[in-house]
Amino acid sequence: MALYDRSSAGDNLARGLGWFSIGLGVAEVMAGRSIARWMGMEDKTNLIRAYGVREITAGVGLLALGDPKPWIWSRIAGDAVDMATLAAGMENNPRAGNARIAFGAVMAATALDVVCVQKLHREEAYYRSLPVPDYSDRSGFPRPVSAMRGAASDASIGEDMRTPRILRFQSATGPAQSQSAQG
Amino acid sequence: MRALVWHGANDIRCDTVPDPEIEHPRDAIVKVTTCAICGSDLHLHDNVMPGMEKGDIVGHEFMGEVMEVGAEAKSALKVGERVVVPFTIWCGECDQCRRGNYSVCERSNRNKALADKVFGHTTAGLFGYTHLTGGYAGGQAEYVRVPMADRTHIKIPGGLTDEQVLFLGDIFPTGWQAAAQCDIQPTDTVAIWGCGPVGQMTIRSAILLGARQVIAIDCVPERLAMAKAGGAITIDFQEESVVERLNELTGGKGPEKCIDAVGMEAHATATLDSMYDRAKQALMLESDRAHVLREMIYVCRPAGTLSIPGVYGGLVDKMPFGMAMNKGLTWRMGQTHVNRWTDDLLNRIQEGQIDPSFVITHTVPLDQGPEMYKTFRDKRDGCIKVVLKP
Ligand SMILES: NC(=O)c1ccc[n+]([C@@H]2O[C@H](COP(=O)([O-])OP(=O)(O)OC[C@H]3O[C@@H](n4cnc5c(N)ncnc54)[C@H](O)[C@@H]3O)[C@@H](O)[C@H]2O)c1
Ligand SMILES: [Zn+2]
Ligand SMILES: [Zn+2]
Repeated sequence: MALYDRSSAGDNLARGLGWFSIGLGVAEVMAGRSIARWMGMEDKTNLIRAYGVREITAGVGLLALGDPKPWIWSRIAGDAVDMATLAAGMENNPRAGNARIAFGAVMAATALDVVCVQKLHREEAYYRSLPVPDYSDRSGFPRPVSAMRGAASDASIGEDMRTPRILRFQSATGPAQSQSAQG
Repeated sequence: MRALVWHGANDIRCDTVPDPEIEHPRDAIVKVTTCAICGSDLHLHDNVMPGMEKGDIVGHEFMGEVMEVGAEAKSALKVGERVVVPFTIWCGECDQCRRGNYSVCERSNRNKALADKVFGHTTAGLFGYTHLTGGYAGGQAEYVRVPMADRTHIKIPGGLTDEQVLFLGDIFPTGWQAAAQCDIQPTDTVAIWGCGPVGQMTIRSAILLGARQVIAIDCVPERLAMAKAGGAITIDFQEESVVERLNELTGGKGPEKCIDAVGMEAHATATLDSMYDRAKQALMLESDRAHVLREMIYVCRPAGTLSIPGVYGGLVDKMPFGMAMNKGLTWRMGQTHVNRWTDDLLNRIQEGQIDPSFVITHTVPLDQGPEMYKTFRDKRDGCIKVVLKP
């Protein structure tokens, strides 16, 4: 059983956050300078662009097939870094008000991330709690495997499906000798 | 009639559609009694296989009763006969068919011009698959039109249940060909990636063909348990390192024969290359995830053979081709030449050497098909193989 379901409620939220990450990431990369200026943190322009790349990576990871949990955790870690950067930038900043708005927005996103990751972990716990069916008697053979090994070694398999004799693993007597002996 | 119809990614529905009719004198109409969902259908469901169109009827593993036969197929097929239909449509007359290479029949793909452009040269027509392979209506339906029906069928004698013979149309010969084209020797270790239905059939085939040691790789506990029941040593790739275990089990030399029964939707593992594939696939820079292929090339014993029944659709990236070349590996791959093997395999089922129905875990009516696609894909509820009853 898979430990995630790509159509569950948790996964839909994860996907939404994936698109959000990509949107935010693209904005940070393209408009890093204006964002930085608006928050009065122009010296952090390059840092904001780098955060944009991080957001895009997380977004792609979330939209790709596969387990979204590691990517949501990476978003939560990223949110923490964002908040630290913003908090540091608020000191002696005439535009601290704008930085505070941004801080609030990051907090809201973090809350969503946390809800999402909790949902995903609950879903996983549920999948894990389901019983594993026992298929140990489903061999498909009428007799024990040991009695079936090689039962079809007489099967007619066209020469075109065979490995050419010269390419088969040979004994040390050498291919030339065994070939002339057999063929 | 009712049929499972493709509407887009993650959107297969049970719709009412017009009944099929004879369109060509070599056609027959088959009333489907039993059909199945194949791993190849998942690639369509997940929309990672290019070339589907809204409204296409899916399904290529089916059997039933002949209802109507066109004039040119009458000598080979009678109304009322019970048949399994192979997923590869073949003409029986072209150069490839005369060599037994039915899955690359030169005449059965009605979209030959398109396929010639995309593949260089056309391959055979397939049921319920993409328009690159003819876009023929599939068999997860009440009725199917079978083109070139005088060839494209396997007659089933009495005394066998649908469940015992259904898989002759696809996964049983697929597993068999995957093992047969490895030319298994009694000294061989055969490593098989994927314990889905195809992997399960491959394991049984490798045992029957006499492999000394069969090793099966997956991460789904019940699938590994079923692999073990069939005689395989199992490796859970989420618990242990596949490469290390394989080397350990082969005295450090690597398996002589490696089989990819996973295909283009390999699960990401905790390795760098899987993450890379997932990101590239999401950005549509790559269509197929090739983690298993890379692992096989790496671990295979030099001068060994790679056999690839797993389906790939387009482009793969970061293929260590230099490694493959220098190790002198033999590559064997392709869609299965179903009818090449089915006489022999039907005999083996009749003789009781194997009963392929062991793999069935779910049997439901056709209209529950759409949900079962998800259950099968997400490996819920112990699902390994789904059989549908129209
Ligand atoms: N060549 C043919 O003619 C032919 C015919 C039928 C099916 N197929 C193909 O065979 C493949 C398997 O089909 P199936 O019906 O068994 O489907 P499936 O999806 O049930 O099986 C795939 C299995 O591979 C496992 N897997 C995923 N990633 C893995 C990894 N990294 N390592 C090891 N195992 C991994 C999955 O857990 C799953 O159990 C598909 O690609 C399908 O299209 C080919
Ligand atoms: Zn198939
Ligand atoms: Zn042909």
